[in-house]
Order: sequence, then C-alpha cells, then structure tokens
Amino acid sequence: HVYLLLSKCVGLLYSSASSLPSRCFRCKDIDVLPTLKLSCFPTALTMEIVYVYTKKRNEFGRQCNFSDRSAELHVDILPDPSLAVNFIERDPCDVPIQCTQEMSEHEVNTERFESDTRGINHVEGGWPKDVNPHEMEQTIRFRKKVEKDENYISTVMQLGNNMEHCIKQNNAIDIYREYFEEEEVVEESEVQPSAKTINVFRDPNEVKRTASSLSWHPDGSRKLAVAYSSLEFQKVSKDMSLNSYIWDIENPNKPEMTLKPVSPLVCLEYNPKDCHILVGGSYNGQIAYWDTRKGSQPVEMSTIEHSHRDPVYRVIWLQSKTGTDTFSASTDGQVLWWDIRKMSEPTERLILDPNKKGNLDNALGAISLEFETTMPTKFMVGTEQGLVVSCNRKAKTPAEKIVCMYSGHHGPIYALQRNPFFPKNFLTVADWTARIWSEDIKESSIMWTKYHTAYLSDGSWSPVRPSVFFTIKMDGTLDVWDFLFKQNDPTLSVKVCDEALNSLRVQDNGHFLACGSQLGTVTLLEISSGLCTLQKNEKALATAMFERETKREKILEARHREMRLKERSRSEQSKEEDTKEGDGEESPEELITRIEKDFYEIVEAELKKRDKGEEKKVADAIKSD
Amino acid sequence: MAEVEETLKRIQTHKGVIGTIVVNAEGIPIRTTLDNSTTVQYAGLLHQLTMKARSTVRDIDPQNDLTFLRIRSKKHEIMVAPDKEYMLIVIQNPSE
Repeated sequence: HVYLLLSKCVGLLYSSASSLPSRCFRCKDIDVLPTLKLSCFPTALTMEIVYVYTKKRNEFGRQCNFSDRSAELHVDILPDPSLAVNFIERDPCDVPIQCTQEMSEHEVNTERFESDTRGINHVEGGWPKDVNPHEMEQTIRFRKKVEKDENYISTVMQLGNNMEHCIKQNNAIDIYREYFEEEEVVEESEVQPSAKTINVFRDPNEVKRTASSLSWHPDGSRKLAVAYSSLEFQKVSKDMSLNSYIWDIENPNKPEMTLKPVSPLVCLEYNPKDCHILVGGSYNGQIAYWDTRKGSQPVEMSTIEHSHRDPVYRVIWLQSKTGTDTFSASTDGQVLWWDIRKMSEPTERLILDPNKKGNLDNALGAISLEFETTMPTKFMVGTEQGLVVSCNRKAKTPAEKIVCMYSGHHGPIYALQRNPFFPKNFLTVADWTARIWSEDIKESSIMWTKYHTAYLSDGSWSPVRPSVFFTIKMDGTLDVWDFLFKQNDPTLSVKVCDEALNSLRVQDNGHFLACGSQLGTVTLLEISSGLCTLQKNEKALATAMFERETKREKILEARHREMRLKERSRSEQSKEEDTKEGDGEESPEELITRIEKDFYEIVEAELKKRDKGEEKKVADAIKSD
Repeated sequence: MAEVEETLKRIQTHKGVIGTIVVNAEGIPIRTTLDNSTTVQYAGLLHQLTMKARSTVRDIDPQNDLTFLRIRSKKHEIMVAPDKEYMLIVIQNPSE
C-alpha cells in the first residue's frame, strides 16, 4: 500500500492493494473496489481513502500492460465549510510581484592568461617574408629600397639634428672647471725696462775733452776714474788740460782726485787687486801708473823709446802673483807687456803682423784688448782694420803667438769682450753693428745686430745676465740688448745726451753703468731690475741659442769651404788658359782710380736726377699758379 | 639622399663618436658603422628599451611622448633618437 497524506485537496491515489477485499475500518463501504486508503496521522480530522483492485495470482510477474482509459472520477471530496472555522482570513495580504525578465546570475571565470618574463636574444631583425636574411643581395636591396624612402630621409635628417646637438653637448668644454691648477703662476715682470739717470759728472775744465775711458773702483764701486783726452787728430788746443779725474759717485760737483799725466790719458784702469793703483795709457804712447795714496803725479812712467808710437788705446791688468803686470795695445801695431815695478822696458812685445813675420809696417793697429782672468794664456786684440786677432801668450815663437783671426767688421773694433758666463762667445762692437762670435767659427759672427744709422763706439756685456749687453752710439743713445727677449731691436734704447758717447763701463753688480761723452760728460745710469736680475732658465736658453747659432754658422762654413774647393779645382783647369791671355788684373792703383771714377759718375748722375726733379716741381708749381 | 649621407657622416666624424646605427621599426638595421653582430645586438635591445621608456613616459602623462633617450655608462654613452618608423642610435665616448 502506498499512502499519501492529503491536507486539503483530494488526490487520487492508486495503490496496489491486495487481491482480497479489505475492509476499511472507517468507511462504511465494504465492497468498494478499489478502495483508497488514506493513511492518517493522529490529527483531529482524518480521512482514509482506499482503492483496492484484484489481480489473479498467475498474472503476477507479468509485464504491465498499460492501456488508456477514460478518466473516471473516483473520489470527490467536497469542501466542508465547517472546517473554515479553524482558519482566520488574512487581510491585507502582501504579495510581492515583479514584472521583470527573469534572469539568473551566473559566474564565469575565463581561462587564466599565464604571463612569463623572459629575455630574448635578438639574433636578426624582423625581416619581411620575402627577404632571406642570410642572402646578402636581398638584404642589401631591401636596405637600399628603404633608404630611398622619403619618410626615411626626412626622419633621419630630423633625428640627426637632434643627435648632433646632444653629441656636441657631450663634447662641450666645461667652463666652470678649474683648469691649470697644477701649473705655477708665471710671474711676468710687469715693469718695463728702463734706465734712469742718477748723476752727471761734467768736465770741470773750460775746454771740453772726450771722456775716452772709464774704470770703476774695484772695491764697492764707489769711485769712478775717468780718462779725458781729445782723440781728434791735431785738434788739441793749447788750453786743454791734461788732467784726468777720479770722481766719487755721490759728489758730481767736484772730482775727488786729479791725475796729472804728462800727456792726456786715453785709457785708465784700476788694479783689481789693489784698489789704490791705477795704470793709464797716454796719448803719446807712454804708460804710467798712479798710486792714489801718493798724490796726483804718476809714480812711474815708461820710457818713451820703449813705449808705443801711437796713443795707447787700451791697457789691462793681468792676473799674476805679484799683481803688477799689465799689457797695453796701440794702433802702432804692438802689444806690450809691462811690469809696473820696472817701467823702463816692456817685459814682452808682440807685433800684430798678420803674416806672422814681425814686420811692423804690415802690422795691424790695435784698438781694443780682451783678457779674461779665467783664461790667462789667451787674449784677443781688436784691430783698426776690423779684424779680431786671437793670441796665445805662452807660445814659444812670435809666429805662433797669433793663433787666428776673425774677420767680419768694416771698421775699427772699439770694444771686445768675452761673455762672462760663456767665455767661448765674445762680443765685438765696431762700425755700425755689434756682433757676437763663437771662438770656433772664424769666418763670421754667429749673431749680429742690424746696421744702425749711427756709429757704435763702445759695448759691454752685463756681468749678471748672460743674454744682456749694452752698446753706445755716436748719436748719444745707449742701447740695452736682450737677445732672449728680442733679437731685432734693442730691448731698451735711451738717449743719454745730445753729443756722441765714447765710452761705457758697467758696474760689477750690473745695476749701474757709466757712459762718457765727447764733451767730457759722464752720466751714471741705473737700469731697471728686470734687466739686471737673472731670469729663470736664462742660462739654459742662452746656451741653447749660442749653440744653435754656432751650429748654423758651422754648417755654412762647411758649405762655403766645399764651394771654394770646387771653384779652385775649376779655376785650376782654366788657369792655363788665363795665363795665355796675359795679366788681366789691375794693379791696386788702377783699381782705385777706376773705383773713384765710378763713384763720381754715380754721384753726378744722382745729382742730375735730383735737379731735374726739382725743376719739374718748380714747373708744376708755376703751372698750377 | 646625399643630405642623409652628409648628416650621418658629419655625426660620425664628431669627436668621440664610436658608431652610428639607423634601425627601422622592425629592428632591421638600415645603416650602420659597426660590425653586424654588435649592430644587431644594439638594435634589438635598444628597441625594446625605447618602447618601454616611451610607454613609461606616456603612462605618467598621456599627452607626453619620448623624444630622446640617453644612457650613460662607465665606458661610453648611448644616445637614441626615436621616431615612429625609424630610430637613430649613436654611441659616443664623452670627453671627460
């Protein structure tokens, strides 16, 4: 039996009932087939509806054959209003209604997208499909095609500009950075070189004579000895005083001491060993020496017979144990050695004969002497003819005494001095130039100044700076040269006085110098410190310069020698032909007359030209009027 | 065509410039003064970096765009001038 609980409505229930009719305990119907049994719960109102049907036993187990039947009403339970008492009517009734589309919520999760970070080794770019990256030709063609593209051109131009800007930025110099930190600040001497006149010492005599020589006192340079003479031939007046003076540099009004020689002194030198002794060479060729402690008269004079025949232009003290040796030079061609203790005769005599024969007639007149105490065996003589003769004192024979000669000047050599720092190089001052020579080069000087407008009359090296030397000119100017600074012009040019300057002497400290003029005025000048302090590297630079110039001259000398050899060999070949032609050479007199004639012709031609020019000018002037 | 040559040559001859590369959008080097393997390496790597840099700039401000990229390293400086279709890369040894 299958039971179904019904609450209110009637439901038909088919149940398999047993074949035997069963009685329903409640309903009165007994043989109601089928009966519907309704299980009852122990509630107040129970109803039981039973439906019973029979089935034959031999039909058990057989499949069910279903067939359609029309509907049959089996039970009809009508409502019982009395039961309504058990219920209450609800009023109002809340009933939610929604008029929407019915939707259902449904969650969906897509498949998780897995991302992974990975590095790629890019091997070859994304070539398009038709280009095989391994084929050179195809890639090149592709590239060329791209390069022809308009877009490419404009893009690259534009990008290129940007890029250039940044590149340049990278290369820009940092203007705020400290450059040259490690370098020392080179102190430039701001001071212009200058020379200041400190004192002027005038010749106290009426008739003015030339201050032909100056000498500083060896001890402290407080005194200056000046030799006065008149070098102009036969212009000596009777009133001219013969005296020379020693001045104290602090007192320019009155000379401290007078020296009274027999004949005016052309040159005068203090003895570097003994500051009281002076030796002087006079106009008449005699040598005399003074002792300042003993008065104005010379202590001793040399005898006339054995002295020079011409004015003694230079006298120098020698280095000797006794400190009494001097030697003198004169234009008579002799160089004489004296011991002042015995002035009656010179101790030695040298005749400046270029042929080395000792012939006085041929001798060159000596105007200047050079002697360096560091090289006591050598000395040099500057001659009137423009030659510098280098001599060796210790030679056995007079012929060997003259070692060599340096030519190159056109006129008398007024000054000759070795460089105190580089004794191999010496300075000569003559005619219109000053030249620096190297001992090894005999053909020409290694350095020279330009040709000046005025004659140079004296010169000297600076005792403190190897590259500085001084020269004085006949127009009264003093030139200070520093060849490390400027080679073409003097570093400083000072007009000392209006008349010609004749003599120059630098003090040992290099700071002061005295120059004597034609009218006997001696000017004491102070040079600016820049010119008398040794600069750094000066020695090295001067050495380098000397070496360089020496080398150059050496090369030139070698070249000249070569050329001369060639010429000689060539001329020897043609000499035989020459002798057949006869003596084509002129004798010296004919040569002179020819030259004179040429000279006068040139002068006349020039004058004529000038006259014509003037006439033309006058004619033009008249025309314009 | 000649201006391009001139420009590239001018860039190459500046002081300190080691190499110049012109790459297209696919990473194909069009013009280069370096050897092939180096070029390909630079082209590929810098392309990616430029893209990343550009996207960074645009993320921060969508109106902005990358105009130039400079990478300074111990040994030298790599400069990239990007464009829509091409890219100019220059490697330079700065003067300091």
